[in-house]
Amino acid sequence: MNETLSNRRKEAAPFPARDRNWHPAADTPGYKSTVLRAPKKALIAFESTLSEKTGPAFGHNMLGELDNDLIHNFAKAGGSAIGERIVVHGRVLDEMGRPVPDVLVEYWQANAGGRYRHKKESYIAPLDPNFGGFGRSITDREGYYYFRTIKPGPYPWPNGVNDWRPAHIHFSVFGSGFAQRLITQMYFEGDPMVAKCPILNTISDKRAVEQLTAPLDWANSIPMDSLAYKFDIVLRGRRSTFFENRAEGN
Amino acid sequence: MVQALNQFKETPSQTAGPYVHIGAVPNFCGITGVYPEDLGKTMVSDGVRGERITVTGRVIDGGGNPVGDCVVEIWQADAGGIFNSPEEHRAGADPYFTGFGRCPADTDGRYSFETIKPGPVPGPGGATMAPHITFWIVARGINIGLHTRMYFSDEETANAQDPVLAMARPLGREATLIGKREGDTVRFDIHLQGENETVFFDV
Ligand SMILES: [Fe+2]
Repeated sequence: MNETLSNRRKEAAPFPARDRNWHPAADTPGYKSTVLRAPKKALIAFESTLSEKTGPAFGHNMLGELDNDLIHNFAKAGGSAIGERIVVHGRVLDEMGRPVPDVLVEYWQANAGGRYRHKKESYIAPLDPNFGGFGRSITDREGYYYFRTIKPGPYPWPNGVNDWRPAHIHFSVFGSGFAQRLITQMYFEGDPMVAKCPILNTISDKRAVEQLTAPLDWANSIPMDSLAYKFDIVLRGRRSTFFENRAEGN
Repeated sequence: MVQALNQFKETPSQTAGPYVHIGAVPNFCGITGVYPEDLGKTMVSDGVRGERITVTGRVIDGGGNPVGDCVVEIWQADAGGIFNSPEEHRAGADPYFTGFGRCPADTDGRYSFETIKPGPVPGPGGATMAPHITFWIVARGINIGLHTRMYFSDEETANAQDPVLAMARPLGREATLIGKREGDTVRFDIHLQGENETVFFDV
């Protein structure tokens, strides 16, 4: 279409402000590590510029064949990770409900006994020699991703005298703009430990906690193989750019 | 009642936790053989345009301790001020420069990126933004990723015109956003709290 006759504009659109009350506050003393790490001064707000409206893209050809198979991507030949076999799948959408295609989703987790493969980890539960605990996907054209893993175990951590993390999977998600960058955690439907978790309790709105809790997806379970959990992720949406004031020559 | 807007809430953030390295930089934490290289480790390749620089500094908490378990990400334009992004519609970026870096801090809280100095980028209302690099910091104890920028000490004239630095200036906090140029190295420490708390943005 002739651009001079079109009212379409080829320009990255900005993001509406983040709802900071939906996210956890920075300073949440119930989660003690925040005390020395939460900024004390007010954030300075401004509308996203090109630096935040753009972001890196990663090609599907970056992925290895087993990158989304945590049961096998670290296992010895013929081996597989121990635990309840599950599939986690869902869509990356934006706040306007549009799918977000071609974005990198990374995930990491403890093994079935609640132990991470990390030098700083000291929990007595054993490592699984066939489980690395991480993987990655890139969403397809409809924003869809999926991976296979084992259900992680809960684990104790130094915070209060007896604090435990509910079973969870960490997620890191890129959008099409760097302003959408997000790290979060997914929890499992029906876990009584969710309500006791100091990290989940950094979130004040119960509905926001529910948004992090993946339902058991019976219909998509694979008979005689794996249960399924569905976890949709919502990134900031780009607002429409009607009648923007623009400088001459821009 | 009115029509529904049918908008969704953004998925709430949760801390990256102490073991973010497993997912973000597995080779760094000794889990090799799954990914050929950690994401964001290499930003430049041979043939890159512009000035090669090392951007390095420490991330410090409110007690003056190094934040030794954080992961720092950066995003920036190429030497011509163009982003290597599908959302960049002005021109093609330098194909030898990704613009994205990811680096885990060491036990001293130190990060380091081998990159190039970005060009200026158009800002709001026809303003020009001085050369800068966007930073995003996650760690245990950080509930939502911290977003800031580093500008360059050798860009005094451009910095004086920059619309974002202009917001920090009246608060007396502009200096927290300036990396100090020393030859090919730019030093930029990030203070999460305290007298020199870095300016973080809601953007
Ligand atoms: Fe965890």
